[in-house]
Order: sequence, then C-alpha cells, then structure tokens
Amino acid sequence: MTGAIASIGRTALEVLRALGHHAFFFYELLRNVPAALRRPFLVVTQIHSIGNLSLVIIMSSGLAVGFVLALQSYYALVTYGASESLGLLVNLSLVRELGPVVTALLFAGRAGTSLTAEIGLMKAGEQLAAMEMMAIDPKSRVLAPRFLGGIVAMPILAVLFSSVGILGAYVVAVRLIGVDDGNFWSIMQNGVDVWRDVGNGIIKSIVFGVICTFVAVYQGYETQATPEGVAHATTRTVVISSLSVLAMDFVLTALMFSRH
Amino acid sequence: MSKKGIETLVGVFVLLGIFGLLFLALKAANLGTFSTGDTYTLIAKFDNIGGLKVRAPVRSAGVTVGRVASITLDPKTYQGVVRLDMERHVQFPSDSSARILTSGLLGDQYVGLEAGAEEKSFVAGDTIKSTQSAVVLESLISQFLFSKAADAGSTAAPAGAGAKK
Repeated sequence: MTGAIASIGRTALEVLRALGHHAFFFYELLRNVPAALRRPFLVVTQIHSIGNLSLVIIMSSGLAVGFVLALQSYYALVTYGASESLGLLVNLSLVRELGPVVTALLFAGRAGTSLTAEIGLMKAGEQLAAMEMMAIDPKSRVLAPRFLGGIVAMPILAVLFSSVGILGAYVVAVRLIGVDDGNFWSIMQNGVDVWRDVGNGIIKSIVFGVICTFVAVYQGYETQATPEGVAHATTRTVVISSLSVLAMDFVLTALMFSRH
Repeated sequence: MSKKGIETLVGVFVLLGIFGLLFLALKAANLGTFSTGDTYTLIAKFDNIGGLKVRAPVRSAGVTVGRVASITLDPKTYQGVVRLDMERHVQFPSDSSARILTSGLLGDQYVGLEAGAEEKSFVAGDTIKSTQSAVVLESLISQFLFSKAADAGSTAAPAGAGAKK
C-alpha cells in the first residue's frame, strides 16, 4: 500500500526531474547557437541533410494530399452547390493546418529519426566523448548546428508542402473535375489573408520545427550507448515529436484562429 | 559531396522556399489586391456597421476603390466611426453617400459609395455626411411581423364593426 503511494511520488519526482533536464538541455543548445553560427558551413551541411534530402517525401506527400483534398472537398461541396469554393477550402486547410502539421509529422519521421540515430551512434561509438577529451564541446560542434538546421529547414518544407498541395488541387479541380479556372483562383485570393492564414501557418511550422528538432537532438544525446538504446531513442523521438506537435497544434490554433 | 556542391544545393532549397512563399502570398492570398499606391482617408459614421470588418473593400459601382482602415466607436454620439483608405486617383463629390452592403445574400459586407452631384470633391480627412447603416436581419423580421400584426388588426376592426351593425 505505502509502496504504491511511494511509487506515485517517485514517478512524479521523476517527471519533474526529466522536465528540468529538458529545460537545461534546451538552454545549453541556445547558448551554443552563436558558436554554431560562427561555423556556417556546419549549419549549411545540416540544412542539406535535413531539408534537401527530405524534399522528395515532402513534395510528393504534398502533391498527394492536394489531390485527395480536392477530390474529397468537391464531393462534400457539390451537395450545397458550393463547388466554386473548392480552391478556398483546399488552400485554407493546407496553409492553416495540414501544411505545418503533416510536414512536422513527416519531418519527425524522416529527419528526426536520422538525427537521433546519427547522434546516438556517435555517442555509442564514443565519438562525443572523444570530442570532449579534445576540449571541443560536442554541443556546439554537433548538436547546435543540427538544431539550427532543423529550425531553418522546417518552415521551408511546410511552405513547399502547401504550395505543391495547392498546385495539385488545381490540377485535379480544374483539369480533371472541371471547376472554373478563374473562380478557383479569385475566390481563393479573396478569402485567404496573408498575415492571418499564411503568416500564422509559418509561425506554426517554426514552432513545430523547434519541437521536432529539439526532441530528436535530445533523444540522440541522452540515449543509452548501446544499439538497443539507439533503437529505443529513435522510436521515442517519433512518438514524442508527433504527440507534442499535435498537442501544440491545438494550442496554437486556439490562440491564433479563435474569433475575437 | 564537395563544399561548394552542398552550399549550392542548400541555396536552391532556400530559393525554392522563397518562391513557394511568394506563390502563397501573391497568387493564393490577398496580398496582391492591396493598393500599393497613395491613399487618402475619409471618415464615415454609421448607426450600425453590421458585420463590416477591417480591410473590407470600399466599392463604387462595384469597382473596388479603397479599403476600410479601422472601425471604432464614437464615445459621444455612440456611432460607429469607419476610416476609409481611398485610392488617391479617385475623387468623390462632397455630397456622396455611403451605405453598408452585402456581396451576394450571405457574403461579406463592404462599404458602397454613391457619387453625388456637387462640384467640390472630398478632401483628405473629410467626413461623409449621408450614410445608411447595415441592414440588420432582426429589425427586418420585427418590421415584417409588426406590419403583419397591423394588417390583421385593421381587417379585424372593420369585420368587428360590420358585425356590430
């Protein structure tokens, strides 16, 4: 009986300790950002491996999501005779929600796991320890560039996802289904506000980029230095990133898009 | 991969991102429809602005000639004070009237300007004197019900007077 209560207390203290550890780690990352910026080629290499190499999956997913959104929205709207608003519906869905969130989930799966695995294997192979022996702070040389690379790459990927999605929806709606070309664009342009919709979507994608990259880098650095540990860390990255992104999305949407 | 190669590829990536952003902002949103030219301000006071929002268009004969800049409440007369940003090259006679209209049946509301007959034009900062408020659905319905009740009352009275005879 007292054992159960004691274990609840232990878990609560453990959660608090983990939260504090995360906070300290985040502070250490931020503290090393200037050092990483002094070696821009490191950051550029990371943007390449995180952003450029994710382009294929992000853009093909964007295209597919655009196609499907156009089809499904058409079936839903045509019942109310509102099929001319197809472009508006697809654009708002992509730019406000699907662009940032789906890109973040794909990013966590593709770039997050590769970051965690890379850093975890560096730790398992004692490369990080060797760096510390040479008085090189691995946080500034290895972790901070990856953190910056992720924050830069993520909004660009989200914007590309939304753009390709809109173009894909255009192809399906105007060329395949037969929605009017001029109406598609003009109703969309009248209904989408640059600052409120596109701007808020970009803010969301920056926040999601910070979350996903931070979780990936943290899990990689704190992994158990065994192959099994790296595998567990990789899984944890995807799960924690995805859940955090979805929770944060609800909070941000409520903050940004509530009717004032 | 060489250092130059990687930097070039990342440059292409960032450029793609900028193009995507420009596409979203200009082609897929309303940035392109903002007037970038000079504007002058006109003020219009309404008893009820209805659902008018900031950045709603100001139209005359259906052509957009300006945007609503701000909507505030006059604390003395309790009227809605709407500031309009009018395009510089369009002048209106100083007895023009402003109404709040709805595009379509259920669309967004906008400010409609009808040109008057005066020779003098509005100067920046002028107030539009003749305004008509937005149509409020509840007032229409209550007007309709009231007139219906009045009709029923007036048909009942002659019938009652006829029966009494």
